[in-house]
Amino acid sequence: MKQKHQRLILVMVALVALIGAALLAASALREEASYFYTPATLAKAKVEPGKAIRLGGMVQNGSIKRAADGVTVSFIVQDRDAVQTVSYTGITPDLFVEGSGVVADGKLDKGGVFVAESLLAKHDENYVPRELKDIDMSAAEHTKDTLAK
Amino acid sequence: MIAELGLAALWLAATLALLQAVAGFMSWRENGGALTALIKPVAVAQGVLCLISFGALLYLFYVTDLSVLLVASNSHVDKPMIFKIAGTWGNHEGSMLLWLTILSLSGAAIALFEKRLDRPTLWASLFAQALLALGFFAFLLFSSNPFERLNPAPESGAGLNPLLQDVGLAFHPPTLYIGYVGLSIAFSFAVGALLTGKVGPAFARAMRPWVLLAWIFLTVGIAAGSYWAYYELGWGGWWFWDPVENASLMPWLAATALLHSVAVLAVRDALRAWTIMLALVAFAMSMAGTFLVRSGILTSVHTFAVDPERGAFILALLLFYIGGALALFGLRIGSVREGKQFNLLSREGGIVANNIFLSVILAVVLVGTLWPLAAEAMGEKISVGPPYFNRATVPIGLLLMLALMVGPLLRWRSDDGARLKRVIVPAMAALVTGILLFVQWPSAGLFPILSLSLAVGLAIASILPLVGRNLLRTPLTTWGMALAHFGLAVSIAGMATESGWSSERLAAMRVGEEAKIAGWTVTLKNVKPVAGDNWVAIEGEAVARNGDFTATLTPQARQFFQPAQQTSEAALLTRWNGQLYVVLAPVDGDNFDRWQVRLWWKPFVTFIWLGAAIIAFGGFLALIGRARLLRRRKKADESWGYA
Repeated sequence: MKQKHQRLILVMVALVALIGAALLAASALREEASYFYTPATLAKAKVEPGKAIRLGGMVQNGSIKRAADGVTVSFIVQDRDAVQTVSYTGITPDLFVEGSGVVADGKLDKGGVFVAESLLAKHDENYVPRELKDIDMSAAEHTKDTLAK
Repeated sequence: MIAELGLAALWLAATLALLQAVAGFMSWRENGGALTALIKPVAVAQGVLCLISFGALLYLFYVTDLSVLLVASNSHVDKPMIFKIAGTWGNHEGSMLLWLTILSLSGAAIALFEKRLDRPTLWASLFAQALLALGFFAFLLFSSNPFERLNPAPESGAGLNPLLQDVGLAFHPPTLYIGYVGLSIAFSFAVGALLTGKVGPAFARAMRPWVLLAWIFLTVGIAAGSYWAYYELGWGGWWFWDPVENASLMPWLAATALLHSVAVLAVRDALRAWTIMLALVAFAMSMAGTFLVRSGILTSVHTFAVDPERGAFILALLLFYIGGALALFGLRIGSVREGKQFNLLSREGGIVANNIFLSVILAVVLVGTLWPLAAEAMGEKISVGPPYFNRATVPIGLLLMLALMVGPLLRWRSDDGARLKRVIVPAMAALVTGILLFVQWPSAGLFPILSLSLAVGLAIASILPLVGRNLLRTPLTTWGMALAHFGLAVSIAGMATESGWSSERLAAMRVGEEAKIAGWTVTLKNVKPVAGDNWVAIEGEAVARNGDFTATLTPQARQFFQPAQQTSEAALLTRWNGQLYVVLAPVDGDNFDRWQVRLWWKPFVTFIWLGAAIIAFGGFLALIGRARLLRRRKKADESWGYA
């Protein structure tokens, strides 16, 4: 094998690997990336039940209800224009309180309830989930009152 | 006074960095000259001054000097001492000062200890190192001054995020940063070699131990961070594919590839351009990782603060260094002659496979990390999470493991395939394990079953290079390689069992009730209030029974005061075959009648970090082996009168 050929072959192999990586990434992205919705955009979009999506907004005051089993909660996520009911089974994050921001990963069930698999609450003063940055945070003013309960 | 001393030391160090850059550049251009004698002392002095500056900040945090803005906004008089000190780097400015200090110390280390690199390349490398430092001096002094005063001084301070108040903070960031920034040495060497055009085995032998050292720290730092997140967050997970975790994984992948390709360059004088490229990419990934996070573009639990001015500064620095390095590569790589050729069925061929698979994993992780940014620029909000990363990286990881079973058995240059027969044993072991697992636990999932089977095969294959040798005369470097590969098998086995065979249970329990999970019976005996230095908590007393074995676990739900924040402290029971993980939380509105208890049984989960420790130990042995080899060679040279 000539010198030139070896470098050429290695470059070809690297190119093939790169294309393979791009295809793998593209197909995985198409099927696994989840789109972000607020209650208002979710109401407009027709999302089929069972598709993994993210939902972000404010937890409505007075909406957190705990089921009799003690581990399931349901609450309403709102933005300025719409509301969405969410149910979640598990220990809620430390800063999950009414009037604060939340991002939920999960899917819609057939009855239109968003079943969350994980919840991400507003973490501290410096940390806001990036999807919530553009959302009107005026409702978050209540955060401190509820924290002090 | 101390704060001003720290700031003055920083300014002086920055001036010396400028001097070092000029002296290094002139020496390279004129092949020596008047300024050459300055380079080394200046590099060392710069390192010492940065250390003084960092020491000053440490002291300010130690005494909690609240007249310093950074201390006031991140510390508190009531905080336990270890967190006061570790809190030095638990914030943006402090962590950047630590970063810069390690960068300067790396330059000082090159000046003091690097004896093998030819002089012009060394000068050019120290020029590159100083140029790197200058950008970050500017960033720190102009937009992130850690010594800024606050007048009037507050009385108590704002406190540190409770999630960071853990011994993990004392170890994880410093080790990780030594790993990240240690890679700057490889970067500077690569720039130096591009400038002088001297890329060959001697260059590779000089670069190798530095890469190895940084890689060991990076491995330990990532593993420590993973274990910290695992027990501190209380989510039961050990890797979340969070952007910041990816930011530490990407340099590790590049550094691992570099570690292997530099061996090819050192032994066989092949893969010249590729090795240079990897050295540039590895540190570029370190910078991109650290600074994308610091700039606030990627938000995550690791982000301290978001400031658009800083973000722009950081992006400009990134573009300058990474773009500059790539441009230099494009301009100068033509002058680097092509290395020696090799048969594809050879050790070199195996390492090329390793490099390709590692690079592809790196590429898909990079795409997944940056995709949400690209999508947002096009007006869509997308999140890319674990499903993407698992699906895109695991198949390549499996291929990498297959290559790893074969590669270390091959001879350099050209292999006749005779030794490949030995792979039959691990291959059969993997196959049998796979079939057994699939028959016994068909629901465990394809990836966990395949990973665990290949891990078993790899564990056997990794020790084959030692089989049939006189173990006492086997070089430490070979031991190191075998151990590191064995450690990888152990770690992957842990990941596979954790993801395929964990059990989880969530229950609302009254005191006295019990819950069952994976052969364990957990009884909630008692719940009582407890208090620490700066928090109060409710603490559960959970008694876990399995056969004759009994143990008590005490998970807590803590309320911190400064800042006011709740955290849950998970309780972990470690057994040889796994961990029982218990989290306690109050049930809102239940008047403390019932408690939420979340239980996990995670079989062999500790193997993940045990494996990482073995990998790092393997690297450590190889490092000692290299040092010994070097000393022996030097002695031989002396006795022949070459010195």
